[in-house]
Amino acid sequence: MLQRLTIAERQLALAISIAVILAGLLMAAAGSGDPMGPHGAIVMFAGAIVFLAVLRVIQDPEPLEDRAENYYDDPTRVGLLISLGWAVIGMGMGVWVAAQLAWPDLRFDAAWSSFGRIRPVHTSGVIFGFGGNALIATSFHVMQRTSRARLAGHVAPWFVLLGFNLFCVIAASGYLMGVTQSKEYAEPEWYADLWLVVVWVIYFVLYIRTLARRNEPHIYVANWYYLAFILVVAVLHIVNNLAVPASFAGAKSYSAFAGVQDAMTQWWYGHNAVAFFLTAGFLGMLYYFLPKRAERPIYSYRLSILSFWGITFFYIWAGSHHLHYTALPQWVQTLGMTFSVMLLVPSWASAGNALMTLNGAWHKVRDDATLRFMMVAAVFYGLSTFEGSFMAVRAVNSLSHYTDWTVGHVHAGAMGWVALITFGSIYAVVPTLWQRETMYSWKLVEWHFWLALAGTVIYVFAMWNSGITQGLMWRTYTESGTLTYSFTDTLVAMHPYYVARAAGGALFLAGAILAAINVYLTIRNVPQKRTEGDYPTPSEATEPAVPVAE
Amino acid sequence: MSVKERDPLTGHQTTGHEWNGITELNTRVPRAIWFFIIVTHVWALFYWVLMPAWPTVNTYTKGLLGVDQRQQVEARVAAADAKRSSWSDPITSLTLDEVRSDPTLMAHVQRTAPALFGDNCAACHGAQAQGGPGYPSLVDQAWLWGADDETVLETLRVGINAPHPESRFSQMMAFGRDGLLDREQIRIAADYVQSLSRPAEEINADRLAAGATLFEENCASCHGEDGTGSQDLGAPDLTDEHWIYGGDEKSIFNTIFHGRQGWMPAWEQRLSETERRILTIYLGQLKETHHDD
Repeated sequence: MLQRLTIAERQLALAISIAVILAGLLMAAAGSGDPMGPHGAIVMFAGAIVFLAVLRVIQDPEPLEDRAENYYDDPTRVGLLISLGWAVIGMGMGVWVAAQLAWPDLRFDAAWSSFGRIRPVHTSGVIFGFGGNALIATSFHVMQRTSRARLAGHVAPWFVLLGFNLFCVIAASGYLMGVTQSKEYAEPEWYADLWLVVVWVIYFVLYIRTLARRNEPHIYVANWYYLAFILVVAVLHIVNNLAVPASFAGAKSYSAFAGVQDAMTQWWYGHNAVAFFLTAGFLGMLYYFLPKRAERPIYSYRLSILSFWGITFFYIWAGSHHLHYTALPQWVQTLGMTFSVMLLVPSWASAGNALMTLNGAWHKVRDDATLRFMMVAAVFYGLSTFEGSFMAVRAVNSLSHYTDWTVGHVHAGAMGWVALITFGSIYAVVPTLWQRETMYSWKLVEWHFWLALAGTVIYVFAMWNSGITQGLMWRTYTESGTLTYSFTDTLVAMHPYYVARAAGGALFLAGAILAAINVYLTIRNVPQKRTEGDYPTPSEATEPAVPVAE
Repeated sequence: MSVKERDPLTGHQTTGHEWNGITELNTRVPRAIWFFIIVTHVWALFYWVLMPAWPTVNTYTKGLLGVDQRQQVEARVAAADAKRSSWSDPITSLTLDEVRSDPTLMAHVQRTAPALFGDNCAACHGAQAQGGPGYPSLVDQAWLWGADDETVLETLRVGINAPHPESRFSQMMAFGRDGLLDREQIRIAADYVQSLSRPAEEINADRLAAGATLFEENCASCHGEDGTGSQDLGAPDLTDEHWIYGGDEKSIFNTIFHGRQGWMPAWEQRLSETERRILTIYLGQLKETHHDD
């Protein structure tokens, strides 16, 4: 695989790996006695693996391949496999934390296994590990195909992919050691954050450079979304993680923001992590793989424009709906709430555009579980965006806030939308990427679909019940005007739903394991067959810049 | 593919672009979308006019309704307090026995107490007030500082070994860890202590006598000559069946070796006097109900 790099590229990779090893050495030495020390060792280890892998091929001859003839898919393939690995780890941790809530003894009395430490391993594992790797991998795939151009660079995509995973490993191992900034979805400490900035800027440059060399006059919608994802996540990440390290020799920093400004910055970040990481990027996936699989034109280009700008413009304002009825000034809450409601229409326009695209292909949705994954994902996207706008209304939020309803809402989006579109895309892209005839087993895909759907529905219904019960119990007063239920009473009421949630999560995890097995067997056992026309070609004709109206 | 084709299924034209096989129709945005965009935007506009909404240089637009969330919540809390005062004032001003003899007031106590206990006491003392290792039962007859109304009220107010300036204070020394007794002496003392509540068990008479001497020299100052403890000092009775940290030989050994210092928060800042009084009445009831069983 690495023989496909030129000797100069191999030398560059070697130099980078040496720099990483040295950085790790510095961290390990400076941070000894602090969690930064073990992190230094992890960085050194990661650098050493790359160093040895490149060293093995450094003497090999220059590659003979004509790069203009092929897309560069090695990083995509590796990225998809890593993504599946994280799916199993992240969802496995999810089932464990869910089980801990139902049966607290499953902590086994260790510090590292306490709920507060393994919960972020679950959230980061699925969002960044599973989702992030899938986004990076599919973005490499999609931008090459829709630009009819090879990736601009061969070391950069590896740097982005492996660098991002180093960030994920530092994050997850840090949580287990108790390292956290206590900011949801932004838990990793300052050195991990700085590293991610480097990785992300290179990702952005790589994307722009590849687009710049495209052989298509127009940029396809999927790329708008991927680009919005990369650009806005960079802005969010940098601003929310502005912090002053307590010491350069330790994993502890203090946020640049304090009090309610800190809360507002965090939820501006948190909500837009949902918007631009978990929505925009995956809409990019949807816009490529759904029409490709359905073999239908996108229902409406105009609707694509409307929903893209609607989503990118309105989402940025919505974060303050996470802080209703708090110390946050009411006018900020008003803006968050009204923009969340206005956001609903463009969101539904996206979901509708996807579903209308399936007109003329519904028989394929019936027969093909891969396409069905994508269809159900679009439905869940519509459901959870409606639910989100609804919960952003202050009066609704007064019941739903701090309850399991929020958890159910997030999982309707994360499982029903994000994970299903990702699995659908993986099943669609794996045969193309590995040049196989088909997936190893369509039956397994079918099984996965029903396991995932059942798991999601059980999970979401359990949390709706639990959350609304909880919210109502909290606000029930006796005739005397005092609280009817103690907090413990609500826990007792929630217990059956917690058991159901763990069971739903276990079904979902089982599906993910089937996916990993199926992909493995496809790569190993299915005969080769190259997808037709899967190589860069110059655009066949020039096109008018502005489409003529009907 | 610059030619705009017509999709046979929908009759709509494509935009004429093609990306790796993907095309787009140039379908008009459905009317329903424009309709709902207008509805949501007009609604937002109304909301902005009526409620606090947009920042200006030094302040923000207050909204025509003049709503302010702080004033709202303060008014609602005040209204709820006023409504409760009809029964909470008498509970605070009357003696507890007077409260007990008033069925109306007691109805309010019954409704209020369980959640109050659940939210503030149950985490340590257990949902049924049955206690647990390290946490005294509140339904037995063994009360470290006494079980009468005044004492319980005071314990709730100031806590035990709490940062409150008037807190009750009680500490058992770490006889082993601090080198006051060696391990063998502690074992002998533990046997003796155990024999106080279980006189039937056979223990070597010499060992028992040695234990009695050790007890007199080290323990009796707090726990009393006969080991029945002292409620003035918060020293537990060692002759009864009730053990906070366990009555088996190993637990007693550990207690003597490492010492003990229980901790209960002072509730003066957290719970109102009415609430502490409600809890005191409720604890008395729990104890009686349990005793009747």
